[in-house]
Amino acid sequence: MAEQKVKLLGFWVSPFAYRVIWALKLKGVDFEYIEEDIFNKSPLLLQLNPIHKKVPVLIHGDRVICESYVIVQYIDETWPQCPLLPQHPYERAMARFWADFAEAKLLNIAWLGLCARGAEREKAAKLAIEAVEKIEEVVKGKKLFGGESIGYLDICLGWISYWLPVWEEVGSMQIIDPIKFPATSSWMNTLLHHPVIGDNLPARDAMIEYFKKRSKDLYELDWFKDIIRLHLHP
Amino acid sequence: MAGNGDGVTLLGYWASPYALRVKWALKIKEVQYEYMEEHLPDKSPMLLQYNPVHKKIPVLVHKGKPLAESLVIIEYIDEVWKHNPLLPQDPYHRAKARFWAKFADEKCVPAMFRAFSKVGEEQAQAAEELRENLKTLESALEGKQYFGGETIGFLDIAVGWIGCWARMNEEVAGVNMIDAEMIPLLSVWFQKFLELPIIKECLPPQDKLLEHTKEFHKMLMMATLT
Repeated sequence: MAEQKVKLLGFWVSPFAYRVIWALKLKGVDFEYIEEDIFNKSPLLLQLNPIHKKVPVLIHGDRVICESYVIVQYIDETWPQCPLLPQHPYERAMARFWADFAEAKLLNIAWLGLCARGAEREKAAKLAIEAVEKIEEVVKGKKLFGGESIGYLDICLGWISYWLPVWEEVGSMQIIDPIKFPATSSWMNTLLHHPVIGDNLPARDAMIEYFKKRSKDLYELDWFKDIIRLHLHP
Repeated sequence: MAGNGDGVTLLGYWASPYALRVKWALKIKEVQYEYMEEHLPDKSPMLLQYNPVHKKIPVLVHKGKPLAESLVIIEYIDEVWKHNPLLPQDPYHRAKARFWAKFADEKCVPAMFRAFSKVGEEQAQAAEELRENLKTLESALEGKQYFGGETIGFLDIAVGWIGCWARMNEEVAGVNMIDAEMIPLLSVWFQKFLELPIIKECLPPQDKLLEHTKEFHKMLMMATLT
């Protein structure tokens, strides 16, 4: 099974797609990358992921896997070299716990903060900082969440090292203060200098342009404003 | 003190479906454990100590180490106690089980809650969304007896509780959630699953749960009126 052809449907600026790219590259798995225009979804995407209609989608032989955390665990279980999840069940559970935490309490919040305005944006930044305070305690004293080498949690949280600073800049928010969060800042730096991560990142200038426009466009939508209000009611 | 030595302790709440699915996992694995009831909404010092991040049940304490988040706990239980496996062996089937558990938690459960707690147009829309998402979930059965195949597995215990709560919620909130015509296979599966002795014996007392659901609904309706 492991020798079957691997394809990845992604979007150039998606932090979720990059989790999968990093996992595949760390494992040395050859794959074909297919760029998807998420604003003009292809019949292929709609056929492969009819439920969520989102990237990333991993195609392995005739198998289709969706949802980045599910895909990364699939990759880890299919190709045993360079293990991503820790060996011990408790450590594995903690990695899964913190990955879920960061997704709900930091990524989703920071993203809403980027798109929000005024008091709601301030609330997002405040909540995001509270989340980083907890993450700081987890990474303190470690080179990487995975210890000496990159692991599952580094991959799941890797967006913090590169996407979050872009969102901070575009959204005029400060979430990662290097003085307040020295361990997290050091980890971000270590990650960016890792060849697999550092060599596999979208162009920063293009990201800034993209997120400037995207956040503005989303804020025009009533349904999105409702979501912001729901999560960030001051 | 909870979790001394090799002991397993579960901090839960009698009406919580999330604690229930952990109980099911422990039951299937035949793990002896001490159950400690949290008297919500008051949170014990032990809960706050063991789950400072979310301050919620369920919390599993094993060999003195706490774990939170029910699906994370269930995977842990599956990895520590290897007999009667919950997740399938094959990575692809494991991925599918995880995908669908996430789908149910993110797409079915919030819709069910909205259908229960809203009124009028909002309620009707939420109920329709729930019915459609349950229809989508039904496709994951793939003609099998249970999501786990011949026997119940991870996905069965992850989503099975919805059958019990949805029936209660639809009675109290007066809106259809389980449409047997729309989801014939899932309806049969809900029934079969909830009748299994190992599953049924862990369910909270149904009359007490109904009262609790009615109280909760009353509270929510009063909040919408003010």
